[in-house]
Formats: sequence, C-alpha cells, structure tokens
Amino acid sequence: MTVARAGLAIRVVSLYPDVMGVYADRGNMIALVARCLRSGIGCQVTAIGIGDRLPAEADLVLIGGGQDREQRRIAGELAGRGALLREWAEQGAAMLAVCGGFQLFGRSYRTAAGDELPGVGIFDAVTVAPGPGWQRCIGDVLARAEIEGVGEVVGFENHGGRTYLGPRARPFAQVLYGYGNNGDDGAEGALAGAAIGTYLHGSVLPKNPALTDHLLRAALRHRYGDGGAELLALDDPYAERAHRAAAAVARQRGRARAAVRW
Amino acid sequence: MIGDGSGASGLAGSLRERGALLLARGAGAATRWLRRGGGTALPGLVATALAPALLEELGRLPGHGSVTVTGTNGKTTTAHLLSAAARAAGLQPLANHSGSNLERGIVSAFVAAMTAGGRLPVAFRRLGVFEVDEAALPGVLPRLRPRAALFLNLFRDQLDRYGEVDSLAEGWWGALEGDASGLTLVLNADDPSIARLAGAAGGEVVTFGVEDCDVALAGVEHAADARFCDCGALYAYDAVFIGHLGHWRCDACGRRRETPAVSARAVELLADGVRFELALPGETLAVALPLAGLHSVYNALAAAAGAHALGLPVTAIAHALEGAGPAFGRQERFRVYDRDVRLLLAKNPAGMNELLRTLVTPAPPGPVLHLLAVLNDGVADGRDVSWIYDADLELLQGRAATIVVSGTRADELALRLVLAGLEPALVEPHLASALERAIELTPPGARLDVLATYTAMVELREALANRTGVAPYWGAAS
Ligand SMILES: [Zn+2]
Repeated sequence: MTVARAGLAIRVVSLYPDVMGVYADRGNMIALVARCLRSGIGCQVTAIGIGDRLPAEADLVLIGGGQDREQRRIAGELAGRGALLREWAEQGAAMLAVCGGFQLFGRSYRTAAGDELPGVGIFDAVTVAPGPGWQRCIGDVLARAEIEGVGEVVGFENHGGRTYLGPRARPFAQVLYGYGNNGDDGAEGALAGAAIGTYLHGSVLPKNPALTDHLLRAALRHRYGDGGAELLALDDPYAERAHRAAAAVARQRGRARAAVRW
Repeated sequence: MIGDGSGASGLAGSLRERGALLLARGAGAATRWLRRGGGTALPGLVATALAPALLEELGRLPGHGSVTVTGTNGKTTTAHLLSAAARAAGLQPLANHSGSNLERGIVSAFVAAMTAGGRLPVAFRRLGVFEVDEAALPGVLPRLRPRAALFLNLFRDQLDRYGEVDSLAEGWWGALEGDASGLTLVLNADDPSIARLAGAAGGEVVTFGVEDCDVALAGVEHAADARFCDCGALYAYDAVFIGHLGHWRCDACGRRRETPAVSARAVELLADGVRFELALPGETLAVALPLAGLHSVYNALAAAAGAHALGLPVTAIAHALEGAGPAFGRQERFRVYDRDVRLLLAKNPAGMNELLRTLVTPAPPGPVLHLLAVLNDGVADGRDVSWIYDADLELLQGRAATIVVSGTRADELALRLVLAGLEPALVEPHLASALERAIELTPPGARLDVLATYTAMVELREALANRTGVAPYWGAAS
C-alpha cells in the first residue's frame, strides 16, 4: 500500500484534452496518474478547454495531437498564451507535447492547405506539411532518447508535417527505425530544458515507463527543487513487457522496410 | 439490358470483359480449393486488372439496381439486414462479403453469381447490396452508379491507413457533389459529419436517427470525433447516444440535427437483443431485434431507411428485422463444451465502448463476465494500436470475473487493462491456446464473450466454426 508522502503533489496542466487527443493521447494522462498513485505522490490535474484561463503555476504540461482542423481551431488561442507557457518552460516546468501539440509548440506550422499557424515557440522548430502527393509519415518507431536514463523509446507516428529543428533546438531522440521529424535527418522530436516534443504516440507514456519517470522527476524538481523529492524505483512488469513487444515490432517492420528499399 | 427471355442478363461488353470473368472464376475456385480466405477478393482483383471498365458494365446488370453501405461501424450488419429485407420482398440480393469491401470485392460478388458465359441468372430480380470501404467509396460510386448510397457514421478508425478522419469526409463530399445520377442518399441524422452530406445531394435524401433520450449517455465520449461545426464552433448536445452521435446543434450558426424520417422510439436494451418502435413515414412498427446494443438499433434503422428508400414494403422490413441472425463475427454464437461463446468484433474506440456497454449494462451486478480480449495489428486491424487508450475499459471494473488477453499485441492490451484497474488472468499471445484457456476458465453453462480485432475475429471464427460444424463464411453465401 502506498501513502502520499508528506503531502507531495505535482500540478499538471492538460491543454485541450478534448480537442487534441486524436491518437488516444489520453493514455499519457492515465499512465501518469497511475504512476503518481503507486508512488504516493498527489497529482492535481487541470484540464484546459477552449476559452479557459491557464492556472498561475504548473509543474508539468501535457498536450496531444489533433488533425489540421483541430489545430487550426486552437492555434491562435494557444499562441496567445505563448508568453506564459515559455516562462513556465524557462523556469524548468516539465512538458510533453505530442504530434500536433509538438508542431504547435514549435515556432510555426504550415498546414497541408497552406495555412500558416502560429506556434508557442518553446522549441526552435518549424513544421511544414507538404500537402497532396506527399506520403504521411506513418509507422512504428524505435528511437534512442538523448536523455540520460531514458534509453530506447517506442511508439507510433502518423504525421503529414515535416519538422526541422533550428540551431537552438536539439532532438529528443535519434531514430533507429521509423521516420522521425522529417524522414531525412534522423532526428525525432525536440528538447528545450525540461520540455519534450515528440511524434511518438501509442500512447507513449504507458509503454515507456523510463520516460514517464523522467517527466515526473522533472516535475518534482520544479516544485520542490533538487533533492527535495525523490522518486522511488518501481517494478512495472506489464509496462516493461509492452515496451519490449512494441520495440520488437518496430525493429522487425523497420528491417522489412529497409529490405524493400534495397 | 434488364431481363432477356432466358431470365438472365449478360455483359453487353467485349470479349475482354468475358475473358476477364472466366479467368476470375478460375482464380476464385483455386483459392477456395487452397482454402486461402475463401477466395472472396482474388477473382475481382484478377478481373479488374484484366478489364478495368468491368464495374461499370456489371453495375447495369441487377434489375433493381444497387445500394451501397458505407461508414466506420455497422456496414456488415446493416448490409446483412438490408439483404434480408430484399429477400423478404421477393428479390434476390447480390452481396459482397465482409472483408471484401473494396472494388475488387464487389466485382468478385458478381463473378461468383455469374455463369461462365458472363450472364447473371435471374438478373431481373437482383438487387446489389454492397458494403463499401470508407476510402474506396469515391472510386466506386461513379462506376457502380447505385440507386441509393447509405452512410452510417464516421469515427476514427485505422488512422494509419486512412490518414485523417476529415479527409475521408472530404472525399465523400467530392464524389457526391460531382454525381448527376439522382442518387438517393440515406443518412444518419444523429452524426453531424454524415448529416452534412445532405448539402452535396443531387437527389432525394432519407434520414434516420434515435428519438428516445432515455437511452442517452451522460456526455460526449473520448471516442467522439465530430466536435466542430463547419463554422468552427463546438457542437452542443441535448442527448448523446454513441461517441458523437446524438441530438446535436451548433449555437453559433444555427445548424442542427433535423428530425429524421425514419426513427427509433421507446428503445429497450436487453441482454440478448433490443426492442423499439420503428417509425417510418406514415407507419409505426414494434420491433424485437435479436441483436444486442444501441449500435444494433442504429444498424436496424439504417437498413429500414435504406429499404424504405428503395421502395421495399414495410412487411419485408419488419420480417427482416424480427428474424435477423447475426452477421459474420458480429455477435455470432457458438456452443463449445457446454459454454456459449459469443464473438464480438471490436476494432475502434467507439465500437469497443458500445460493446462494453452492451456487456455491462444488462448483466447482473458483480464480477460475472468471462472475457477473451484479442488485439492484433495486421493491416486489416490497423497497425496502430493506440486506440485502446480511447476505449473505456474501466467500464469492466468489478464486472469481469476472468479476462484472458491474446493477439500479436497482447502485451500492450494487458498493460491497458492493468491501467484500467483490471488484472488479466492470463496473457497468451498464441490465439488458439488463449481460446482453449478462456473456455476452461469459463464455468460450464456460462458465456464467454470474445472481443477481437478483425483478423483475430476471422481466425477465431474459423476455429469455432470448424469445431461446431458451422459453415465457413464463404460457404454461407446469401
Ligand atoms: Zn456552426
């Protein structure tokens, strides 16, 4: 049995969960809440809908994916909150922006229809959807995270937009199998402080427990400072098995794709 | 050419079309002999490759024309009910089979029914009833030229194959807007992405929907997909039935659900079926449908509206609904070792949630359900298994006695169940072994409910059919 340790709690802000959740991004919140529960850490979630105000503070921010239509709907409002979101990021709040959310956390996104959507600017990244005639980047992904202790990450990607990182951004991971940001430079996602952008859904947190723990540690550090709150190691056999199984699928399909190319 | 003296109608076309049909028949027979999936698509593939214009020729043969059935969920059951209504009206339906709903599957259905000489027997009594894949419809419509096109619903499904849900709706709109044949549209009034197709209609429109707000859910589900009106505002709901299906309106531009021409009232959801009042223009029937779940009411409504649009008599519609057996792998039941095994196709969040509600709602309280849950990731299942996180598996909390997990992505489904607070009794990726164990874990006399994605359902159905002597699906032709 776990008990909330000395009232430890993180403040989580979920941005537009009812709009930006096309690839079941809801699973990330489910995994996060479950991990907090098992660790005895409180998890105060604020869901932000269209027109809602952001709370004063956050230790962890989540945003998922949406189609162009949904992205168009929220982009202006989200960019209008860019100053506060960037301030949070600069102060070390943890963030996870997936797929469409990742695109909108960059500097800008040009949709397949040619609309230029403003971004939040947390990542020095630009996304362009080449439009009709170009294939979407779809498939299982295996990548090596550029974050110590996170190791290999697995997921599924499905995006028309191609993302290119600017000089002030570094990739979240190096693609082993899959397309990643643009199918060319081997980069997957982006990192800026404790903010992570990625194309991996699937949902990404349930089957990448090391990534979940990394985000949770970053959120605890943001709230309580270095050494203020430790996260205990936990056995998570179902998550480990799901991770290994998904990695095996990505490897096998990636090799098959490479063989076809030859 | 409809009904010549011999009671058969043939291809007016060239030797090329006849030759293509002949070779295609050979391909069908060969695959059946090899037992590779019943040979349902290969003949059509061969024929369309040899004679690309074949579908246009074939589309003219049925004396009563054709009807297409499209949408994310319910195509097979709706087409099955529509065929039954056609039969009850004295027609001879010509239907494609589940899993063969691309152009080649439709051509295959013709090939199977025609003589080697390229003639369609009893063509004058024929009605084509074809389920058509969502993405294939824009290519099929202008060539098959059906009398009526039926649209059921649009949910997220296999996004890895279809791309975005919105692009499917745009493809449909384009095909309908360009159609000048006076095609009748049969539309689900409760799904805003389907109802809007009325704006692209060149001919008559017949709508269907649920009028009973007592069976509404508490709110829009995670699995909802149509959230925004064309004007950009969020839809508001007076009642939600499944996903985003319900009594919707847009307060910004005033667009709203219209009262459907064909509707269900006084709906009762029972353990083994549903009862409702079917209101057709000028007539109301009491229906006892032997298929469970509100989604079955929608399928029955769609079939009734389709039959009505085609001018089939009300008595035929009533007869078809009352005597409805399950379609292939959709609530089909098998008796194994004194257990009742029920096969449920669950392939996307909206469909899965509806099935979970159908399992949980009429069952007695407590952990009484015995389940086999199977997640495959083949092309026909969708390579992307993310959708399980939009399925509300939490609904099974405190209701499942045993859950066996299987399939090529069994480990991911097991994790999803654990996160939903459910501990699997067993995780066994090998499907045949999992079925054995799930049957053993189900007490004699009880029911085992199998929730399976498409390829898993096909494999399990074959295993269960072999064991119980039920005909394989390609043998059970309608
Ligand atoms: Zn509107």
